[in-house]
Amino acid sequence: MNCVLEVRGLAKAFGGISAVDGVSFDVREGEILGLIGPNGSGKSTLFNCILGQLAPSAGEVRIDGRPITGMRPCELNRLGVGRTFQLLQVFPQLTVRENLILAGQEHQGSMWSRLVGRRDAGQGAAAGRMIEFFRLQKLADEKAGALSYGQQKLLDVAMAFMAGPRLVLLDEPAGGVNPTMLAGLRERLREINAEKRATFVVIEHNMEFVMSLCTRVLVLDQGRIIAEGEPAAIRADPRVIEAYLGH
Amino acid sequence: MKRLCLALLALALVGAPFFLKPYGIYLLSLWVVMTVAAIGLNLTLGYAGQISLAQGAFVGIGAYAAALLTTQGWPLWLAFFLAVALSLAIGWVLGYPALRVQHHYLAFVTLSFATLVFLVLRNEEWLTKGVYGIAGIPRPAPLGWSTKGPVDFYFFCLGVLALVSAGTWWLVRSPWGRAFTALRENALRADSLGVDTRRYTLMAFAIGSAIGGVSGALYAPLVQFIEPTAFSLNLSLNLLLMVMVGGSGYFLGPFLGAAVSVLLPEWMRFGSDALYLILYGTAVMALMAFCPSGLLGLAERLLKR
Repeated sequence: MNCVLEVRGLAKAFGGISAVDGVSFDVREGEILGLIGPNGSGKSTLFNCILGQLAPSAGEVRIDGRPITGMRPCELNRLGVGRTFQLLQVFPQLTVRENLILAGQEHQGSMWSRLVGRRDAGQGAAAGRMIEFFRLQKLADEKAGALSYGQQKLLDVAMAFMAGPRLVLLDEPAGGVNPTMLAGLRERLREINAEKRATFVVIEHNMEFVMSLCTRVLVLDQGRIIAEGEPAAIRADPRVIEAYLGH
Repeated sequence: MKRLCLALLALALVGAPFFLKPYGIYLLSLWVVMTVAAIGLNLTLGYAGQISLAQGAFVGIGAYAAALLTTQGWPLWLAFFLAVALSLAIGWVLGYPALRVQHHYLAFVTLSFATLVFLVLRNEEWLTKGVYGIAGIPRPAPLGWSTKGPVDFYFFCLGVLALVSAGTWWLVRSPWGRAFTALRENALRADSLGVDTRRYTLMAFAIGSAIGGVSGALYAPLVQFIEPTAFSLNLSLNLLLMVMVGGSGYFLGPFLGAAVSVLLPEWMRFGSDALYLILYGTAVMALMAFCPSGLLGLAERLLKR
């Protein structure tokens, strides 16, 4: 299987604190990789280093074998790497539809075509499909700020998929989402994974969600990977239990 | 309803000069010129969320470029074009600090720039004639239509305002406008969705500044005599107030804000200037405390009740 994402010896220190301390792993095409670990174990910092939001202190990241260190987030996104953030990030003053159009509009055409061309930048139909797919029809023309937290979270995830990315890094997609909606979200992610062969890396604290969605799980503690394996094996791993519960 | 109001307003603007004395026409022209500058700032600040305390400096750059070139005998359309191009280029460069600092830090950077421009206008006598100012600025004659008279020049200004408004209206409804809004609301998220926030930030500054330059290139032939103090920090602060009072991020905000700032003082001349300033200052403080989205934000809130 091809490796979509390769991380080699990635490290990030803030002052004297090593938030990420020499992490290496591969993500294979089409897999759903879970990334778990106690609070402060460096999961989000790892995401930010991979995606160009933070400059790593050491190490290398490759997408499809191509080094991407030093690339800006918008450039990476155009290479087909999407993400969601830990804290909800939608544009409250734009409608649901416009949030989605925005998420797709920079992926085709030139700056000039986006000034003089169509208002929806040719993304209207794709946005409509995404709205249907995520069951947001009734809310399509509401301002995103008027949606409930869970609905905004769905929109946030939907935005990450607008441009048809090959790899999506999801930072706590389940946080603050009620169980019914969460089951729906899991189904959507599975469908996208199966139909589009999109690859996911998911940070999550909701163990039930991770274990039922992911095909493989990495456990991070104090900036290092302490365990890796299938969900069932990870659940039983004494190192993982210790990292979460302490002595 | 809204369209009817706008049509009536446009009709009033076209008809107004026939009922006004020259001073009234001058004031109305000044309102048009300031509205253009405020539209530019509203684009940078209201839509793209990049605060600038330098819009007055761009009006100055446009005014001086137009004045210097036309008094040297250059044709106005060329002077006009160069004035706007110069503002665009300098505005682009001023955008670079915004890539590093935001909010009140950016306000300070742009404030320094406004002061710098003022000092150049005042002290570089070889170029700008310093405090003596530039007199005898000719009025344009597009396609042989002389705009020497106040009514003609008013219509010339109104035509430019219509063009600037139409262009801005198009811009804020294009994908660029959407990207500007995304930049204002959450630059980090926009970047992660492929929006080149760096380029859009520079564009927001460049276009806003260029519109400021347009305003300056109208201001110079309007007053026909310019000197540096007209473009001091005061003007920048005044333009910022126009945008905030009218409603930052509302398309019609600059029109209303400029009216409050340019026309209202004339109607309130029952007392001294000081009395007006006290009233205006108090009203602005109250407005900002209770409705930071300005008069149009207030109107929207009241209509929704």
